[in-house]
Amino acid sequence: MITVQHISKRYGTHTALRDVTFHVDKGEILAFLGPNGAGKTTTMRILACAMPPSEGRATVAGFTCLEQPVEVKRRLGYLPETPPLYQELTVDEYLTFAGRLKGLTSPRLASRKANVIDQVELGDVHHRVIGHLSRGYRQRVGLAQALIHDPPVLILDEPTVGLDPKQIIAIRTLIKSLATSHTIILSTHVLSEATAVCDRVVIIHQGRIVAEDTPEQLSARLRQSETMSLTVKQPTPDWQERLKMLPGVLNVFPGSTPHTCTIDCHLQQDLRATLSQFVVSQGYGLLELKPLSLSLEDVFLQLTQQDETPGMDASDYPAPFSSSPPHQRERTSV
Amino acid sequence: MTPFHAMLAKELRCLGVSPVVYVVGAIFLFVSGLIAYLMVANAGQQAVRLLQIQNAYPPLNLNALVFRPLFYSLEFVLMFLLPVLTMRVLAEERKLLTFELLLTSPIGINEIISAKYMSVLLVYLGLLSLTGLTPLLLSFSSSFHWGGIATGYMALALQGGLFLACGVLASAMTDNQVVAAFLSFGIILVTGLIGEMGSVLGDTTIGHILSYLSFREHYDRLVRGLVEARDVVYYLSGIVLMLFTAHRVVDAHRWQ
Repeated sequence: MITVQHISKRYGTHTALRDVTFHVDKGEILAFLGPNGAGKTTTMRILACAMPPSEGRATVAGFTCLEQPVEVKRRLGYLPETPPLYQELTVDEYLTFAGRLKGLTSPRLASRKANVIDQVELGDVHHRVIGHLSRGYRQRVGLAQALIHDPPVLILDEPTVGLDPKQIIAIRTLIKSLATSHTIILSTHVLSEATAVCDRVVIIHQGRIVAEDTPEQLSARLRQSETMSLTVKQPTPDWQERLKMLPGVLNVFPGSTPHTCTIDCHLQQDLRATLSQFVVSQGYGLLELKPLSLSLEDVFLQLTQQDETPGMDASDYPAPFSSSPPHQRERTSV
Repeated sequence: MTPFHAMLAKELRCLGVSPVVYVVGAIFLFVSGLIAYLMVANAGQQAVRLLQIQNAYPPLNLNALVFRPLFYSLEFVLMFLLPVLTMRVLAEERKLLTFELLLTSPIGINEIISAKYMSVLLVYLGLLSLTGLTPLLLSFSSSFHWGGIATGYMALALQGGLFLACGVLASAMTDNQVVAAFLSFGIILVTGLIGEMGSVLGDTTIGHILSYLSFREHYDRLVRGLVEARDVVYYLSGIVLMLFTAHRVVDAHRWQ
């Protein structure tokens, strides 16, 4: 549905995107992750035909962005980072304008308008002037604008920014429900959003794609060892040294208190039984023993903190965690 | 309703709630009414003086005494006021990032610019038509040539149209409305002054070219009642040139 081939974008001497290539299949939700200034918005603006690329080719629903922009724009709903709202119009007037701008005619416009107002829950403010609405409502009006002509492709630049938790869940549910009939690209800073909503994640950093996979696969592929956290009641001064001697244990890092530590073990070796037995037999008093896994946050930090070597791609992940304790923590389920 | 009409309707709606339009409209109507009053009062004094000398009611040429000076004065009023009317058209969209919506909708840049130009032109023509009250009221108590009034209004419409096109171009160049207003005022002022330069250079090729490029002599001829194709062509081509340049400027911004 969407293909991006070797796209580069230069602003004068600054290169915002370098040779970006990816594709999105029909009905898929793709998350675009990256720190500020990574090139997410640039990529999205190129796809939405707001800006031409310096090199490369982007197609949406079979039409190229550079040569058939009008055909692309008819099939695409775009929500920019700042929702493009006219403060002096009411929500109704604004949606009428957006709908007509996108080529809807009267009878269909009325039904689509009712539909999107319902979808993004704007029913109680649709007659109000946009300038008087709160940020969350404005964000939703922006989203309604992107949906008004029922486009098969949606490009959403940080769609949940400024919303309260209840609204975030509502919008996520909406995005998920749209996925059956729409192809969606969304960019986000909130990594849990990518895990919660998206089928696939593209991590972009300094204008390059550094990883592309499902959230689960990404965390699995980056994991070089199993990690556990251990808390005991009565540690001895040398307890961590003694743990290190155990077969299968790679390294032991001190935790935040003298009672805790983090243990790296060989992959695919569940040492929980051995460890618990050892702790009990030594009389340390086992309080807690739990495995840690990489969350998307860790993957993200790993990939974007690595100082990029040119030509790095999804198959060629950076070096494993080395001497310092990794950014591993409990997987915060979302 | 095509995207162009939607754009035009939205622009008119936004202008309709914009305080700038009401301030510009109020000043324009008040000043034009005041100038008209001063001209009529002046004509009255002249009539009284002539009456004392000749002891008979002299035939007064209102076209020369009232309307022509009025049209010349309004040219200056427009130079100051119309840049304020056009300053927001594109600069505001860029500043508030609403231009993204237009750029990503199936509407061409030429449609965007022509709809925006059309909206300010309609507001201006509406204001101009309200000043028609002056000749209408005077026609009850005196007689004058309506033909001269018609060419004068034609001159004002074309002149205003050109100033508005300059304003749209200036507004396309920046996202700061104040800068846009001063920029269009500058463009208009320079275009006026090169006419003066042309008359200083006199009967030389450059002098003729400069005089033709300036709106002064074209406006002057129309106000004096001379309707010539070259003057109308000057205004229309000037408007098209300004709007085309605005189109190129907006397109160039997309690449940055």
